[in-house]
Amino acid sequence: MLYRAHVLVCNGTNCSLKASPEIQKEFSRLLPEYGLDKEVKVVETGCFGLCEYGPTVVVFPDGTFYSGVKVSDVREIVSEHLYKGRVVKRLLYQVPPAAKPVQVYPEVDYFRHQVRVVLRNCGFIDPESIEEYIARGGYQALGKALTAMTPAQVVEEIKASGLRGRGGAGFPTGLKWQFAARADGSGPKYVVCNADEGEPGTFKDRLILEGDPHAVLEGMALAGYAVGAHQGYVYIRGEYVLSIERLERAIAQAREMGLLGKNILGSGFDFDVEIRLGAGAYVCGEETALFESLEGGRGEPRIKPPYPTDAGLFGRPTVINNVETLANVPVIIERGASWFRTLGTQKTPGTKVFTLTGDIVNAGLIEVPMGITLREIIYNIGGGIPNGRQFKLAQTGGTSGGVIPPELLDVPMDYDSLAAHGSALGSGALLIIDDSHCIVDVAKSFSFFFLHESCGKCTPCREGTLQLHRIMERISRGEATRTDLENMKALAQAMYVAPLCPLGQTAPLPLMSTFRWFESEYLAHVVGKTCPAGVCPVDGTAARAAAGCAAREV
Amino acid sequence: MTMNSCQPSLVALTVDGREVSVPAGTTVFEAARAAGIEIPHLCHHPWLKPTGACRLCVVEIKGARGLPTACTTPVAPGMVVQTESERVVEARREILDLILANHAAECLTCEKAGDCRLQDYAYRYGVARTSYHGERRQYPPDESNPFFYRYHDRCIMCGRCIRVCDEVMAVNAIDYAYRGFRTKVATAYEVGLEESPCVFCGNCVAVCPTGALQPKLSVGQGRRWEIHKVRTVCPYCGVGCSLDLEVRDGERPRVVGVSGGDGPTNEGLLCVKGRFGWDFLHSPDRLTRPLIREGDGFREASWDEALDLVARRLGEIREKHGPHSLAGLCSAKCTNEENYLFQKLVRAVWGTNNVDHCARLCHASSVVGLGMAYGSGAMTNSLADLEQATLYFVIGSNTTEGHPVLSLRVKRGLRAGAKLIVADPRRTELAERADIFLQHLPGTDVALLGAMIHVILEEGLENREFVAARTEGIDELRASVAALTPEYAERVTGVPADLIQQAAREYARAERAAILYAMGITQHTTGTDNVLAIAALAAVCGQVGREGTGVNPLRGQNNVQGACDMGGLPNVLPGYQSYRDGGLRRKFEEAWGPPLPTGDGLTVVEMMEAAAQGRIRGMYIMGENPMLSDPDLGHVEEALRSLDFLVVQDIFLTETARLAHVVLPAAAFAEKEGTFTNTERRVQLLRRAVPPPGEALADWEIICRLAERMGYPMSYAGPAEIMDEVTRLVPSYGGMGYAYLGEGGKQWPCPQPGHPGTPILHREKFARGRARLFPLEFRPPAEVPDTEYPLYLTTGRILFHYHTGSMTRRARGLQAIRPDPYVEIHPDTAAGLGITDGQMVEVASRRGSIRLRALVTDRTAPAVVFIPFHYAEAAANVLTNPALDPQARIPELKVCAVRVRPA
Repeated sequence: MLYRAHVLVCNGTNCSLKASPEIQKEFSRLLPEYGLDKEVKVVETGCFGLCEYGPTVVVFPDGTFYSGVKVSDVREIVSEHLYKGRVVKRLLYQVPPAAKPVQVYPEVDYFRHQVRVVLRNCGFIDPESIEEYIARGGYQALGKALTAMTPAQVVEEIKASGLRGRGGAGFPTGLKWQFAARADGSGPKYVVCNADEGEPGTFKDRLILEGDPHAVLEGMALAGYAVGAHQGYVYIRGEYVLSIERLERAIAQAREMGLLGKNILGSGFDFDVEIRLGAGAYVCGEETALFESLEGGRGEPRIKPPYPTDAGLFGRPTVINNVETLANVPVIIERGASWFRTLGTQKTPGTKVFTLTGDIVNAGLIEVPMGITLREIIYNIGGGIPNGRQFKLAQTGGTSGGVIPPELLDVPMDYDSLAAHGSALGSGALLIIDDSHCIVDVAKSFSFFFLHESCGKCTPCREGTLQLHRIMERISRGEATRTDLENMKALAQAMYVAPLCPLGQTAPLPLMSTFRWFESEYLAHVVGKTCPAGVCPVDGTAARAAAGCAAREV
Repeated sequence: MTMNSCQPSLVALTVDGREVSVPAGTTVFEAARAAGIEIPHLCHHPWLKPTGACRLCVVEIKGARGLPTACTTPVAPGMVVQTESERVVEARREILDLILANHAAECLTCEKAGDCRLQDYAYRYGVARTSYHGERRQYPPDESNPFFYRYHDRCIMCGRCIRVCDEVMAVNAIDYAYRGFRTKVATAYEVGLEESPCVFCGNCVAVCPTGALQPKLSVGQGRRWEIHKVRTVCPYCGVGCSLDLEVRDGERPRVVGVSGGDGPTNEGLLCVKGRFGWDFLHSPDRLTRPLIREGDGFREASWDEALDLVARRLGEIREKHGPHSLAGLCSAKCTNEENYLFQKLVRAVWGTNNVDHCARLCHASSVVGLGMAYGSGAMTNSLADLEQATLYFVIGSNTTEGHPVLSLRVKRGLRAGAKLIVADPRRTELAERADIFLQHLPGTDVALLGAMIHVILEEGLENREFVAARTEGIDELRASVAALTPEYAERVTGVPADLIQQAAREYARAERAAILYAMGITQHTTGTDNVLAIAALAAVCGQVGREGTGVNPLRGQNNVQGACDMGGLPNVLPGYQSYRDGGLRRKFEEAWGPPLPTGDGLTVVEMMEAAAQGRIRGMYIMGENPMLSDPDLGHVEEALRSLDFLVVQDIFLTETARLAHVVLPAAAFAEKEGTFTNTERRVQLLRRAVPPPGEALADWEIICRLAERMGYPMSYAGPAEIMDEVTRLVPSYGGMGYAYLGEGGKQWPCPQPGHPGTPILHREKFARGRARLFPLEFRPPAEVPDTEYPLYLTTGRILFHYHTGSMTRRARGLQAIRPDPYVEIHPDTAAGLGITDGQMVEVASRRGSIRLRALVTDRTAPAVVFIPFHYAEAAANVLTNPALDPQARIPELKVCAVRVRPA
C-alpha cells in the first residue's frame, strides 16, 4: 500500500524515556479521526540522533523535523500539518531559542555535518521490520558474498577497506578475520558480537542495535562466511531491554526468511545467531572476560596469548567484533573497499559514531568522518557550550581514555592522533566538560569508576584502583601532600605495565592525563588547599560537589 | 650436531645474560628455572594452570610492551629476558606494597611465619610495611569447619585454593565472591563449607602461600623452624600416598602436622583422612602398657608378665588340643615385615596354617578370581597409568570416597576427554559424572557383565586377534553367555537393556579402557564369579596388558596387598607359593627350620565358626577388629567369648580387644619402620617419626619377643633385616631390599636388586600363560528381600572414616564432621515407610537390629538402603550375612535383606 506521508517517531531509548511510545499511540489514535489512516503511516524508528531535544518526530516526504514533542502536541501536528498541510512552527528545532527555526532536518547543523554510514537506517526505518531493511538494500551484501565471492575475497575486501575495530582498540578487522580464517578448522569457529557496551557515557551500540539490528546480523553472517564459522553470539548488556527485544525479533525474522539458519539463500552456508545477556560488569566488555562470562564463568579476563582468533570462545578460533564494526561490514561489501576509503583518513578510513554528552547544546548520537577535529564536532555539530560557559576539557574514549584540553581542540579525531596525545578514541564516548567543573572532582569520579569495576583478579588493579581513589579523595578533601602525588605517579607507572588486562592498565590514564594538563589545579588543592572551581570540600565543608560518585566513600 | 627429529624443537633465549635452550611452548618462568633462576611468584603453582593474577613474576622482555608475567608468557627465539631489572624490581615493590595494604601482617603470631612466600618476598625486596593508608578489607575469619581456618585478612587473592579445588579436585566448592576490592574467597551463597560440596581434602591449605588457610590441628604447635619433616606413607586406604609428617622435637616429640609428599602415588596431593586424620596418634586412648584381664576389667602389666602369660597359655592350648586349635589374624594395617613374621610364627612355631586377615573380607575374590583367570591377583596397571585411559569402567567402587586421591587420576583423565561408565547400586559421585550410569541391584553383577559380553560377542566387537593369541576358553564363555541377553539382564538387574548395550559397545570400542572395581564386586557369595566376569570382559576386548587399560581391583587398606603378599593367608606361603608344592615348602623349611604344616588353614569367617564350635581355642589377633568388620557380629562375639585364650595386639582398646585375655600395646604407623605395599603393588618405606607412647612396641618386636618365649628365637636388627629374609624367599620381592627401594618405592614383580619394578602386568603374556575365560552363570545373592525383610541392605565406606573407625573416630576433625551413623534411604521408600530425614529408625535383618538416623537421599535406589560400617554404636555388620563365596570364602557383606521402620 502506498502512503502519502510517513510520520517517523523516534523510539530510541532516550526518546522512549520521554514518552515517545505514547506519542506514537496518540498518532495512531488520531489519524483515523481525521480520516488519514489510509494516507499516512506512523513508523516507530530507532534513534535519530539529537537526543537532547527528543522526542523527535520527522514527517516525510518533506523531512519536517519536530523536536521536543509532547503527547499533547500530536493533535496539532495531525490537524495542522498532516490534515491541512501547515507546518507547526512552534515545534521546529530552534536552538538557541533566538535562532531561526529550521524546518527540515538536513538543514539542522547537527545533521548537516554528519556522514551517516553506520547510522544509514537509524531513524529512517522501522527496526522491527526486516522488509524495511531489505527495501533500503539490506542483505544485498550477504547475497553478493554468498553468490559471487569466496570467503577469502570477503576477507580481502575488508582488509582492503582498512576498517579498524570500533570497540576502541582499532585493530584492523580484516587482519583479525584472516587470522581466524586460517586458524585450526578441525572444530567449530565462532563469531561474537561484543555488545557489552559499558563505557560510561557511551550508548552508540545500544542505539545502533535499536535502530538497525539487521545490519549487525548481516555483518555477523558475513564474518561467519569469511572465517568459516556457523554460529554467532551477541553478548549484550542485560539492561539493554529494547535492543534485546529488537534483536530477538530481527533474528526470528531473518531465520524465517532464510537469511539466518541452514542453507542461507540456498548457498549451502549455515549461520545462526544467539543472544547472551551480560550482567553489568564493565570488564566483560574485555573480550576474554566476555568469553568467560559467555561460557558461564565468572567474568574475568584470561591471559593472552592465546588470542581469540586462535582460542577464543569455548577454546575455539573466534572473531569478536564490536557492534559498530559489524554494522560497517555490509556497506563495505556492497559498495566496495575503495568507496569506504573515500571516507575518513588514510590510516583510519570510514566514519565514527560518537555519543556526544555533557556540557554541550546538542547532546546525542552523531556519525562523522574519521579525522574530523574536536572543534568541528563541538561547535558545528554540538552547537557549542551552553550557558555562556567556556570549554574546559573533553574526555574521549570514556573513562579509559584521556583528556583533550582547549590546546588540542584541532587534533584530528582518529586512533593514532589521539594516542599520540596520550588520549584515545576509544569506543566513541565524547564527554564535554565546561569550566564550572573541578578537574580533581572529575578525575575522582573516574577513579571511583575503576575501583567499582575492577574484577579483583590481579593484584595491581584490585588493590591499586582502591589506592588511586583514596589518593584522589584526599586531594579533594585538601588532605593530600606532595608525597601523595609522588605515590600516585609511582603507582600509576606500575599500573601501566603490571595488570593483567586493559582495565587495570588504563585505570591511571585519566588521572595522569588530567594531571598532565591541569597540574596547577591539582597543586591548588594539594599545596594551596583551595579548589579553584569551588567544587571540592577542601576546607572540610561539603562545598558544591560531594554529590554523585564523590559522595560515595570507600 | 644433528638434531633428533623426534625431539620437540628447542628455543634459545637469554635470561639475565644466561643462554638457555628450552622446548618450544615453555614459559619464561620455566625457562628461567631451567637457567637456575627462581622468579618470585605467588599465584603460580606447579599443580595449576598459569593464571597471571598476582603479577609478581613480571619480567622485562626486550621489545615487549609493559612488563609481561613470566608464568604466562611463552618463550620465543632470541628473547632477551631480565628478571631483576630496575623496572621489574620497582614494579614488584609496588605490587608487594599494594598487597601489604590489604594484608594483616601479623607475622609475630602467624603460624606461617618462616614458611610464608609473602614474607619471603617482602624481605627480599625490603618492603617493611605498606605506604598506603586507609582501612583494610575486613571480613571475619571463617572458623566454621572442623579442619581449617580461613583468615580473610591474610588472603592475598592469589586464587590457588580456588584453582586447586577446580583444576585438581574438580569439586568447585569455592570461588571468588564479589568484585574488585571487595573480592573474597567463598562458597556459593556463602554457606559454610560443610554445606558446600567441599570434601576437606585440604589441598587448598597446602597450596596457600600465606597464612590465610591454617589447619586447626597445627595452630600453636610450632613454626617452620621448630619442626622437621619425616617422609613416610599414609596409613589410610590402599593408594599409599606419600606423607610428610611434621614433627616437633622436645622431651616428647610429637607430630604436629602433615603435608603431602611428592611421591609417585599422589604427587603431593592428599585427602581429608591423610591430611587431617593423624591426631589419633596422640590420643589419650592409646594403649601404653600391656593389659591382663582381671574379672570384667583389665590391669596393667609388664611386658615380661604379659608375654610370659601369652606364651604359656598358647603353649598349653597347643599342647593339649594340637596346633590347629590355634589361629592368628595378621593385619592389613601392619607392615610387610610384621605380617611376614606373624605368619612365620603361626606356621613355623605353632605348626598350623590357621592364619588369615581382613583381606578375606575385601579382596579374597580378586586374589582367587584374577589368580584363576590371569595368574596374578593384583591390580594389573598403575595409578599414574590410569590417566592414559580413554574410557573408565568403574563398577562396585565408590572411588571418590574409598580411594579419594586415586579418583583424581580418573578426573584428570575425564578432563582430557575420557569417557566414564559407572555401575553401582548407588548414585556415587563418579556416577554423577558418568556418560553411562548403570544402577543395578546389589548382587546382580554377573548378569550385568555377562550381558555386556553377550552384546560384544554377538555384535562381533571382541578383539579377535587378542582372543586367539592370548586367551583360552572362548567357546565355553560364548556358550555360557548366550542366555545372558540384555533383556534378561534388564529383568535381573533393573538396568534398561539399551544402556547395557551402549556400555558394552563403548567399552569394547574404546582405544584404552581401564576397569576399576572394589568391594562392590568382591563382597558377594558370587565374588569370584564377579571377578571372573570382569577378567573375561577385559580379555575378550583385549583391554589388558597395555597402558591405560587393565583390570584394577582397588585394595582397601594401606597394606592389604602386602599382607597377602607376605603369606597372611591360610592357603599359601609368602609370595603366593603353595605349601603343597614340595620344593617350595622345602625352601621355606630350610630357611625357617621346623617342618611346615601341609593342610589348609581356616579363613577368617571359618575361624569364628570353629571357635564357636570349640575347635579353635586360642587366638592371636594383631591389629584387626573383627568385632566390627566381620559379618553377623552377634555370632562373632559368641565365638570370641568362647575361646580359652584371646590375645589382641593393637594401638587402641578396640571392640575386639575388650574381649581379650591379654592386650598388647603396639606402635602406630608413625612410630616404626617397615614397608607397605599399595594397591598398585608398590612397596614403599615407612619411617619412624616419633616414639611410641608409653611402653608400646612395634608389632614386629612384639612378635619376636613372643616367638622367643615360645621356643623359637627370632632375632632381627630391624625391619630391613626382615625384608632381606623376604627377598630371599619371595621371588617377586627379590629386589625390594631397603637399599634398592628408592624414594618412590618399587612395584612387584621386582625379582632382583636394581630391577626397575613392573608397572604393568601381563604385557607380553599373562602370568599363567594365556588368560583363561571361565563360563559365566548368574546366581542370585544368598539372601534376597522377601515380605518380611523387603529391602536390600548394602554397606560400605564413607570419605571421612576408615574401616572400623578405631583411628578416624579418634581424629577430632573427622569425628566432628561425621559423628553419627546413618542409613541412606530413597525418598520414595522413606515416604512409604513414614520416615523423614534425620528420624531415628530401626534396621533389622534375620540376624539382629540396630538403631540409627535416616538420611533420605536419592543416592540410593528405592529398593536399596545403605549403611556405612564404621560405627560400633550401630554396626552394620550386626545385620550382614556371613554366607560365603565357595571359592574365595569371602562373606556377602554387600547384600542382605532388611526391614526398616521408625524407631
